[in-house]
Amino acid sequence: MRVRVIVYPRREILDPQGKAIRDALERLGFAAVESVRAGKSFELEIKSDEKGEGVRPRVEAMCEKLLANTVVEDYEISILEAADEEEP
Amino acid sequence: MKCGVVVFPGSNCDHDVYHVLGHVLEQEVVFLWHGEENLQGCDLVVLPGGFSYGDYLRGGALAAVSPVMAAVRRHAEAGGLVLGICNGFQILLESGLLPGAMRRNDGLRFICRDVFLRVERDDLPFTRGYRAGQVVRLPIAHSEGNYEDSATALAELEAGGRVAFRYVSPAGELNAAWNPNGSAHAIAGVVNQEGNVLGMMPHPERAAEQILGNIDGLDLFAAVVGRAASAAGALG
Repeated sequence: MRVRVIVYPRREILDPQGKAIRDALERLGFAAVESVRAGKSFELEIKSDEKGEGVRPRVEAMCEKLLANTVVEDYEISILEAADEEEP
Repeated sequence: MKCGVVVFPGSNCDHDVYHVLGHVLEQEVVFLWHGEENLQGCDLVVLPGGFSYGDYLRGGALAAVSPVMAAVRRHAEAGGLVLGICNGFQILLESGLLPGAMRRNDGLRFICRDVFLRVERDDLPFTRGYRAGQVVRLPIAHSEGNYEDSATALAELEAGGRVAFRYVSPAGELNAAWNPNGSAHAIAGVVNQEGNVLGMMPHPERAAEQILGNIDGLDLFAAVVGRAASAAGALG
């Protein structure tokens, strides 16, 4: 099954990269953008007997152990599809 | 003292550390490959600077889960000495052996220049060669050295006296203008509670021989291996 994980800097933490992107957007005339947080996206193809939400605890463990640094980052998990069912 | 320098794919300060320990301070030194779980009986393990695993994911994140780090963790928990420099510091943070995390530098630039540091602790195996309050000059070379942690965690760190080095002015004063990367509390180096694991962003190994024009970093290595820096510095 396919799972997407988005990791981004926590709201209360200043994100120097996001701020630089916001400033650049402003220079391009997009002054309405008040803030940007720059993160990362991961798409995981997971071999799993579990369907749908059943895989979430394992993905959470992956986020806590490796994909995110929870001192400064938050993560969001989206279960995209059960790819296993579609395979011929 | 038997010293080990861990080599990750992408480490690039490993030979500098090896040189200081082996040639300048005449200690027994071995390289420890990241895929090995055997520390070969080393008393001191150094995680050198560089770009382990190409800084993929986050600086130090992949190195933190490499086989050698399991052994380094056991070594640290048994009271063994561990020194992480620059990327090595990031690895210690990612592995949880030290608290906190690194963000991109304020200003987003890679910074490569000398900075002034105030030695906050002189009772650690690594800092016995300095006096508390002493200002030393060492080079930094990093893009992600902007130390961060929660307010609670920072307060705990301060209360425990676990800040080993702070970025300061040449006169030793805390001043945002002399904090190169935006680090919280101007933190340049931290130790664990027991004092046997030190992580620092500046590079003492790049300032450890007379010929380099600066031996402020030699005192750190000399102290940790139990040799007088003055005698060793003359070798340069």
